[in-house]
Amino acid sequence: MIIKFLVAAVLAGAPLLFGTMGEILNERVGHLNLGVEGMMSLGACGGFMIGYWTDNLFLAIIAAFLAGMMGALIYAVLTVFLMADQNVTGLTLTIFGIGLSNFIGEYMLDRSPQGTLKLPEHISAQLSNIHVKGLSDIPVVGELLFTYNIFVYLGVVLAVILGYYLFKTKVGLNVCAIGENPAAADAAGIPITQLKLFNILLGGGICGIGGAYSAMIICGGVWISNCVNGLGWIAVALVIFANWSPRKAIFGSLVFGGFSVLKYYIPKSLFQLPNAFYDALPFLVTALVLVMTSIRQSKDKAQPASCGVNYFREER
Amino acid sequence: MSEIKGKKEPLLRIVKRAELPGKQAFALRIFSVFLALCAGGVFILLIGYNPFEIYKTIWTGAFRSQMAIQATIKLVIPLVISALGITLAFKMRFWNIGAEGQIIMGGVFASFFALFFTNLPHVLLIVIMLIAGIIGGGIWGLIPAFFKAKYNTNETLFTLMLNYIALNVVVFLRDGPWKDPESSGFPKIARFDKNAQLDKVLGVHCGWIIALILLVVVAVYLSKTKQGYEISVVGESHATASYAGIHVSKVMLRTMFLSGAVCGICGMVQTTGSDMTLTTAVAGGVGFTAIIVAWLAQLNPAGILVVSFLFGVLEKGSSVMQSTFGLSTYASDVLQGVILFFVLGCEFFVRYKFVVRGGAKKE
Repeated sequence: MIIKFLVAAVLAGAPLLFGTMGEILNERVGHLNLGVEGMMSLGACGGFMIGYWTDNLFLAIIAAFLAGMMGALIYAVLTVFLMADQNVTGLTLTIFGIGLSNFIGEYMLDRSPQGTLKLPEHISAQLSNIHVKGLSDIPVVGELLFTYNIFVYLGVVLAVILGYYLFKTKVGLNVCAIGENPAAADAAGIPITQLKLFNILLGGGICGIGGAYSAMIICGGVWISNCVNGLGWIAVALVIFANWSPRKAIFGSLVFGGFSVLKYYIPKSLFQLPNAFYDALPFLVTALVLVMTSIRQSKDKAQPASCGVNYFREER
Repeated sequence: MSEIKGKKEPLLRIVKRAELPGKQAFALRIFSVFLALCAGGVFILLIGYNPFEIYKTIWTGAFRSQMAIQATIKLVIPLVISALGITLAFKMRFWNIGAEGQIIMGGVFASFFALFFTNLPHVLLIVIMLIAGIIGGGIWGLIPAFFKAKYNTNETLFTLMLNYIALNVVVFLRDGPWKDPESSGFPKIARFDKNAQLDKVLGVHCGWIIALILLVVVAVYLSKTKQGYEISVVGESHATASYAGIHVSKVMLRTMFLSGAVCGICGMVQTTGSDMTLTTAVAGGVGFTAIIVAWLAQLNPAGILVVSFLFGVLEKGSSVMQSTFGLSTYASDVLQGVILFFVLGCEFFVRYKFVVRGGAKKE
């Protein structure tokens, strides 16, 4: 039972992991991007549709990445170059992204012969949980480590790579410097604009993959409007829980994935709570985390200092 | 500045410009909306339709009959009210993304009286529901303000989380205590008694009168009262405000209560005037669209009326477009997003200008 619960938590947490990593990349360069939900929706649409047409998982993931990146590009142009308000731009990106993805989805639905959009068999098989002979059969450990779909492993690998990128490479440390104090970073000769662009676009792409996960796996391979359904917003909040570190995001998304499947695994005989309570739980916990972190106010557990403020070189 | 050793002044650089005259700035914004419509047109063209026809359908669709006009107005009302609520918070630079939740809670509190106190005299009941809506939305706005004032908790995310919590409060009530025993199939909350429904004036529920009254009240409150002035000072700088003797956290709590309360009124109007019951779709994205409205209107109450009206037309018109061309109503979300993208972009040209190399000296 507990193992089943953990496995389900991992599967439910995977899209959150992608969204969280994407947002971490954004916030590390000082851009609070509230468009995660939108970029995930765009990625969901791009990934699903390409998967539907080509029956090729690799192309679908690339498409999801590019679709998320397109959303991020709009955000980047507006906030990095045109210095538009980050909050409003991000929100607009969310509304736009959800709208466009649903629009295209319904457009395709109307024109599909069966009235539904279902992923073809080949790609569905690629998306199902893997089974490695021998490894997956090991009791407990095997079940916990080797029974997921390919996205989960991709997410974990990405998290490790991004953790290395941000905290161990020179470029990554420069990125963190921009997030803390762009003026000082600029004076030190760090190419601010390029790095901001790189991070925002990369982040958007990763969010897009998370969206593809919710469209292709959580929704069971059938196109449903609003398939991201608030995951992007949880991801934005998870960034705080993960302390702006991609590796901690793995743990964070596991915990929040756990919350979202908890209702199926709590024995009804123990105590009976309404389903609505469980559905609100991730959001409730996030709100609590927000309050707790703000009460603690420790220096090393804070948002990058320049987050939300656009940098204009000639303004001191 | 341009004499840094070995480095030439860049060919193009960006400089902050003096405030652009109001008329020019306005023209620039109108132009950007025009560009947005062009971009939308290109998209429509790409999916194989004639953009002029589509735009014409949207515009005429919203006014094609008296029924259609009334439906359009019905869409405008919640946008106006909640955009006004958001404006109060945004003037203070308090990023209240939680209008959605505040609308829902206003609706929940009002519904309580609509469902269980149906025998009260009609006017009294409506007034009580209005007050209930104010309190429900107000409390939901007060919670993040309290934590922001006390612990500097990030209000953007906090208000956002409260949206989902509010939504699940409705789900809980719908599935449990407030479930209509007479309904079969999916659980739902009973339809309000006639006594608890808003009266119709000129064919539309009288929420439009409430919206107009609120519009005037908020406009006066923001521009003519001391409290309204305090809001804009706090919005400019907390330090300046406290130096001037303004109690920042008091202003924050008060303003967020009002902001939530106005959104709560929106929830009350939606439940009793439009839906006649409480559903999970009571806010239905209005709280988010209202942010776009408030921003496009430059947080100006009169502007809010205009923008809300145009958005109402867009939304109603796109439902006509759906029935005519079979294109999803989500098109209106897309178009709203594109318009705001362009207007956000054009703000840059209102505030900054490009200077060509050497050009600065001549000025």
